[in-house]
Amino acid sequence: MTTVSAPHGAGLSRIDTTRLRADFPILSRTVRGGRRLVYLDSGATAQRPRQVLDAERLFLEQHNSAVHRGAHQLAEEATDAYESARARIAAFVGADPGELVFTKNATEGINLVAYAMGNSSVRTGLGPETERFAVGPGDEIVITELEHHANLVPWQELCRRTGAILRWYPVTDEGRIDLDALVLTDRTRVVAFAHQSNVLGSIAPVAELVRRARAVGAFVVLDACQSVPHMPVHLTSLDVDFAVFSGHKMLGPSGVGVLYGKADLLEAMPPFLTGGSMIELVRMESSTYAPPPQRFEAGVPMTSQAVGLAAAVDYLTEIGMERVHAHELDLTGAALDGLRDIPGVRIIGPDSLDERGGAVAFVVDGVHAHDVGQVLDDRGIAVRVGHHCAWPLHRRFGVAATVRASFHVYNTGDEVAALVEGVQAAREFFGVA
Amino acid sequence: MQLEQMYQEIILDHYRSPHRAGLREPFDAESYQINPTCGDEVTLRVKLDEAGEKVEDVSYETLGCSISQASTSVLTDLVVGQSVAESMRVLAAFQQMAQGRGTVEPDEEVLGDGVAFAGVAKYPARVKCALLGWMAFKDAVVRVSEGKETA
Repeated sequence: MTTVSAPHGAGLSRIDTTRLRADFPILSRTVRGGRRLVYLDSGATAQRPRQVLDAERLFLEQHNSAVHRGAHQLAEEATDAYESARARIAAFVGADPGELVFTKNATEGINLVAYAMGNSSVRTGLGPETERFAVGPGDEIVITELEHHANLVPWQELCRRTGAILRWYPVTDEGRIDLDALVLTDRTRVVAFAHQSNVLGSIAPVAELVRRARAVGAFVVLDACQSVPHMPVHLTSLDVDFAVFSGHKMLGPSGVGVLYGKADLLEAMPPFLTGGSMIELVRMESSTYAPPPQRFEAGVPMTSQAVGLAAAVDYLTEIGMERVHAHELDLTGAALDGLRDIPGVRIIGPDSLDERGGAVAFVVDGVHAHDVGQVLDDRGIAVRVGHHCAWPLHRRFGVAATVRASFHVYNTGDEVAALVEGVQAAREFFGVA
Repeated sequence: MQLEQMYQEIILDHYRSPHRAGLREPFDAESYQINPTCGDEVTLRVKLDEAGEKVEDVSYETLGCSISQASTSVLTDLVVGQSVAESMRVLAAFQQMAQGRGTVEPDEEVLGDGVAFAGVAKYPARVKCALLGWMAFKDAVVRVSEGKETA
């Protein structure tokens, strides 16, 4: 963990990308017949540095064993590695280790909360402490129009199972949550929203939404998939009740995500998945369950992935999340400036750096996003095209698909320039320039 | 440059000036298809002759990329005026080429302008684009025959 260079020169945003990129083997490969890879799709999945790959390999070569079972030396070492990973990741997001549950991904984290609430709503055989999670006919689940499908469909399903009503904050033309367009009521049980939109890049007014949710006694569920990898996030200070994020978007492995829940809530919440290692006492007739976080980690968990994610957290910590965010804002500013100047390009989302992160979505008049993406791909530039799992948001902006460029700490100004040049080339190729 | 292999001039021509575009009356069946990975849509109508054996008209509206629009335009050239059985043979040949990862040598006798889409087959992510209109056509024809059976 020493290959990250110290800050060169003055200013928080200066990251020596030349040295840092050497940590990411994949960034030096070529694609499509010898083109240098320009990877601008970190919003979908980020690339992993050697330090993360090495940590996984070291664990598997030296310590691999099933955690929280067995009394042999490897079992001890594996359990220590797994719990050490939990503690380091918890510290990274300003939480206590006991408040962090490892899940398969962030999607599972949101489903865990939604299903725990659904289970609580069937008031049979669960303790009275679970009643606070129950929802029923006429209760409201509130989300926003900009949500990723992962923070939309699980709530639709919870509503379908319980008779609760799904409501949502609309989105303004600038790509912000329109706080004036919906009033929470004393029937609102959950307010769930993305910390940063995976399409627009806009950052939600968390404090205000938490204040409003508190005023009506609703739980706050934060989708932090696009914030935790890119900026300092202190979940305890944000005062949200639950939050989720995924490993593979923050330079870590896929197959591991995190659910954060306030200690007293996790303590009272019934399980989602059940089975081995989440139990306290099992008889043929019935069982009791372990305290959190184990209650929510049924079965042998992903372990090398958790270890790899902790290594990613160490890597990011060494760089400093303020610098990561500043670096990505530099790139975002350059992308907005370059794209704005191209005739026929429309930015979908805030056209300023105010309360914004490093995802830039846009459409090109007369050229479908797929076709723009194909021209970029031909030049070695990887972007996301489509609705980015936020179909209702695209509908709201009257477009079927957008092109999205998204950044991480390893991206450079030259790569942004290549993107802008590529978009120009797409217009020329399709004869709209 | 690989781009020109995919976007052959024939494809760009159909994209810029699509044949038989727009939704028309009368029609026997309509199919609406979407590509869930990108949100592209096509609504396509089929009109068969009295006997239900010949394709008299295909009309459509698409919201999608150049590949899906051009492919639907080419489809109408290839199937309108053909027997239903022949149109299904063309469809099968087009589908086989599109899903062939670039290994299927297309027969120009059968596919006409459709052979221009052979390059698309090398890009798995775009195969669905090329097939969107064709799947709508297949679905609409099935609906016509089902409608006749229940009538």
